[in-house]
Amino acid sequence: MNIAAPSQTESVFAARRITKVYHMGQVDVHALRGVDLDLYSGEFVVLLGPSGSGKSTLLNILGGLDTPTSGTVHYRESEITDFDDTGLTRYRRDHVGFVFQFYNLIPSLTALENVALITEIAKSPLKPVEALEMVDLLDRKDHFPAQLSGGEQQRVAIARAVAKQPDVLLCDEPTGALDVQTGVLVLEAIQRINRELGTTTAVITHNAVIGETADRVIHLSGGMITGVDRNSKKREASELTW
Amino acid sequence: MTALNRKTLRDLWQMKGQAVAIALVIGCGVALFVLSRSMLHSLELTQNTYYQRYHFADVFASLKRAPDVLGDRIAELPGVSRLETRIVVGVNLTVPGLPEPAMGRLISIPDTRKPVLNQLFLRQGRWLAPRRDDEVLASEAFALANDLHLGDSVLAVINGRQKRLKIVGIALSPEYIYEIKPGDMLPDNKHFGVFWMNHEALSIAYNLEGAFNNVTLSLMRGASSAEVLQRLDELIKPYGGLGSYTRKDQPSHMFVDNEIEQNRQLGLIMPSVFLGVAAFLLNVVLSRIINLQREQIAALKAFGYSKLEVGWHYLKLVLLIVGVGLMVGLPGGAWFGHVVTGMYAELFHFPAFTYHLTYSVVLIATIVSAVAATLGAWGAITRAVSLPPAEAMRPEPPTTYGPTVLERLRLGHLVPPVVRMIIRQLERHPLKTSLSVMAIALAVSIIVLGNFMEDSLDYIINAQFRLVQRYDMSIVTTEPVSHRAIYEVSSMPGVIHVEPTRSVATRMRSGPRHRRVGISGIARESQLYGLVNVEGQNISLPPDGLLISRKLGDILGVGVGDTVEVEVLEGKRPVRQVAIAGALQDFTGVAAYMNIEALHRLMREGPVVTGAHMLVDPLHEQSLYSHLKEVPQVAGVTIKQHAIDSFNKTVGENMMMMRSINLMFACVIAIGVVYNSARISLSERSRELATLRVIGFTRGEISAILLGELGIVTLLAIPLGLWFGYLVAALTVSSLDLELFRFPLVIERTTYGLAALVVMLASIASGLLVRRRLDQLDLIAVLKSRE
Repeated sequence: MNIAAPSQTESVFAARRITKVYHMGQVDVHALRGVDLDLYSGEFVVLLGPSGSGKSTLLNILGGLDTPTSGTVHYRESEITDFDDTGLTRYRRDHVGFVFQFYNLIPSLTALENVALITEIAKSPLKPVEALEMVDLLDRKDHFPAQLSGGEQQRVAIARAVAKQPDVLLCDEPTGALDVQTGVLVLEAIQRINRELGTTTAVITHNAVIGETADRVIHLSGGMITGVDRNSKKREASELTW
Repeated sequence: MTALNRKTLRDLWQMKGQAVAIALVIGCGVALFVLSRSMLHSLELTQNTYYQRYHFADVFASLKRAPDVLGDRIAELPGVSRLETRIVVGVNLTVPGLPEPAMGRLISIPDTRKPVLNQLFLRQGRWLAPRRDDEVLASEAFALANDLHLGDSVLAVINGRQKRLKIVGIALSPEYIYEIKPGDMLPDNKHFGVFWMNHEALSIAYNLEGAFNNVTLSLMRGASSAEVLQRLDELIKPYGGLGSYTRKDQPSHMFVDNEIEQNRQLGLIMPSVFLGVAAFLLNVVLSRIINLQREQIAALKAFGYSKLEVGWHYLKLVLLIVGVGLMVGLPGGAWFGHVVTGMYAELFHFPAFTYHLTYSVVLIATIVSAVAATLGAWGAITRAVSLPPAEAMRPEPPTTYGPTVLERLRLGHLVPPVVRMIIRQLERHPLKTSLSVMAIALAVSIIVLGNFMEDSLDYIINAQFRLVQRYDMSIVTTEPVSHRAIYEVSSMPGVIHVEPTRSVATRMRSGPRHRRVGISGIARESQLYGLVNVEGQNISLPPDGLLISRKLGDILGVGVGDTVEVEVLEGKRPVRQVAIAGALQDFTGVAAYMNIEALHRLMREGPVVTGAHMLVDPLHEQSLYSHLKEVPQVAGVTIKQHAIDSFNKTVGENMMMMRSINLMFACVIAIGVVYNSARISLSERSRELATLRVIGFTRGEISAILLGELGIVTLLAIPLGLWFGYLVAALTVSSLDLELFRFPLVIERTTYGLAALVVMLASIASGLLVRRRLDQLDLIAVLKSRE
């Protein structure tokens, strides 16, 4: 599969021929079947595909949460597929910001503390309040997750992910559990991070509308990349509806 | 404070009920450990200081009569450091306010100087005035037991003549921490006391001027006690020596050591069980927490927290709980230790006692509890640490359910759906179910362990004082007398039946092993003395050969059918090979019995006796006492009821206090375990139960599911726990198999019943607490939060 390379910038991720096979009892599930992919600095990419298409697996491998069965992934100059557990931990700690579909906040910590959890181990983090400010949640900083709405929780999760000033922001169905208005708010926050901080951002979704906000939309199906669209004009998240 | 530390504290607060329960279990273990170790250390320290400061002798020997010059020859023996010769005699006493006769031991002390060995501590009053022959110092235990004060007098039969002795001082001696009447196993302070008297007066009264009948030695550092004993025996043999012995065989020292040893053993078993249970609980609780926090762990790892950091995060939780346990256990143990040591110091009549809690005990308690808890939590923590983040992010796959054993047996239709749900749940999680069953079983076993000592003691009292000693009263004579004395005794008022006894001091040898032990000759068809074999059955006395305590056989390394060398330490001092005809079940000290006629043959003597067992009519007791007091040959009278009383007082009281402490702690643990189990199943299943509520189940019905589960687990655990309890009790009994005192493995049904009852009550109480929480179940919140 040939991926049209944007001319302007250097490659952040270069994945080559990656496959992933899960052994489920006696059945082998091929989640990825030889994927080649490049992500470029500052780019906003949407990985679009139905559930089971392998997009989460791909994102987990790029983020160092999982390792491919075969193939290589380069993050800038390093081959992360060569990293051991310690190396992957360090990689995630220093470079990657994650946002998950179900937020994965620590319920026993307040919004501010959830962000602080990350800033305390990062190299050059934002102040936790700054990160919360970016997602417009400063007034909710002392609330526990149970006291926040789903959209607010997801924005805390975004603040948490960007607070370390990551090189890449990986979002797994960030709006999957949210209604439209809240989803738009969350997307706006992600878009703003990408624009203001220049963080390379990859968002997984099965919602095609969200693709309109991206620089590139990569279509996945059955563990393979089936197509790549470039948006000549990105739409603002606030204009979206689904 | 870092955010992760905040999470630790909030997680802890979230599970505070369970954390407190576990901390209390740890606290109990720590407290018991600190109590027993510090008490042990304090007692040993007090004992050693006492021995050193008051020059407790190393070697002891009695003889009939030897001139003072023999003392000089003994002092020249290699290895002897200091020596004291003295006069020690047994006398009959009449004590004001005590109808029955008591026995006294008069010990001479030099008129003009302090004794060199076994020095006295004067608790009250003054020292003896030189040359006074009517003043004594009385032992504190005797004075207290009989309410005697300075200036009071006792009447003593001294060499056949009654003499009034005035108590001018109350004293303590390292030689008589416990005052045990010859031939007895336990102290009876009311009827036996030690008195110290001027040497000159005592030597004149017993025609022992310029002579002595007792010698004590201290040894030089590094001297061989065996060699000194051998040479000393040779020297005193011509003077009627009764065999020398070291501290190891000195009754008072033996008793104190035995008491200390008993506590040492008990102080290891109980805390170990407690800490084991705590470790186990931590494992169960932490596994569950980690299960519930799968996604939090995944998030932490996704954001770059390392395995070490995640592991340390959960370990901190464990260590905080241990910390709370230590905060309760260390001061609690120190407090109990202080109280119990004080009680022992009082019982032992130490001149002074210091309670001493060493840093090392505190340190060991801290380390051991932290290590035990860490080991318990280790499995859960390593599981958390090695959870692959991508996998942990996905919810746990649903467990596969299927038909249960009931349904496979086609009995499913017999039980209502709720019961089927409970059984499926239990059967689907065999590991979790068996862990819960295990934890509660351990709680049951701890209660069995805490309580069985009482059964054991009851059994001993019944066996010793009803099955073996069937007489009411026994007497011993000052020396062997003709068996005609028996007829005299039987004609005294109130005497229903009399049987003669003949006691002989001997040393038994088998190879290199030897032991000083008296052989009791008893009548062939004795009705007043029952012999019970190791299987607990009554046996009759064989015409020849020895019946020995099972423990004596262990000490000498001999069994039934073997022979031992018996060296008689009196009379013509024959040395004979005698066969072991049987082993006996007894619980205090070691003893040997023989047919009285066989013993006479062994001694090459006629029918002489040294005492008698008697059956007495209680109506005539008083007049019998006054008759006995007037027989000069009667050296001592033992009334069985007093022996039982003193047994209860000395052994019983101490054991019972430890038992109460153990039982209290055992109940804490039982409640802790059961409450924890209930809470765990509640939080694991709150989502499922809320779902059931939402689809229309009533509170009662969902309570039935959860409480039914707890009920079944408890019912499964109880028999298992009773069996565990039996095993640990057996271990305890075998570790307490001491020479002076042993415990039979006897567990009454009431103890099993108590254990089952406490755990069931704990189960019901926990069930009610959980039920209250169940009623408050927030349906919406539970369903919304995706665990």
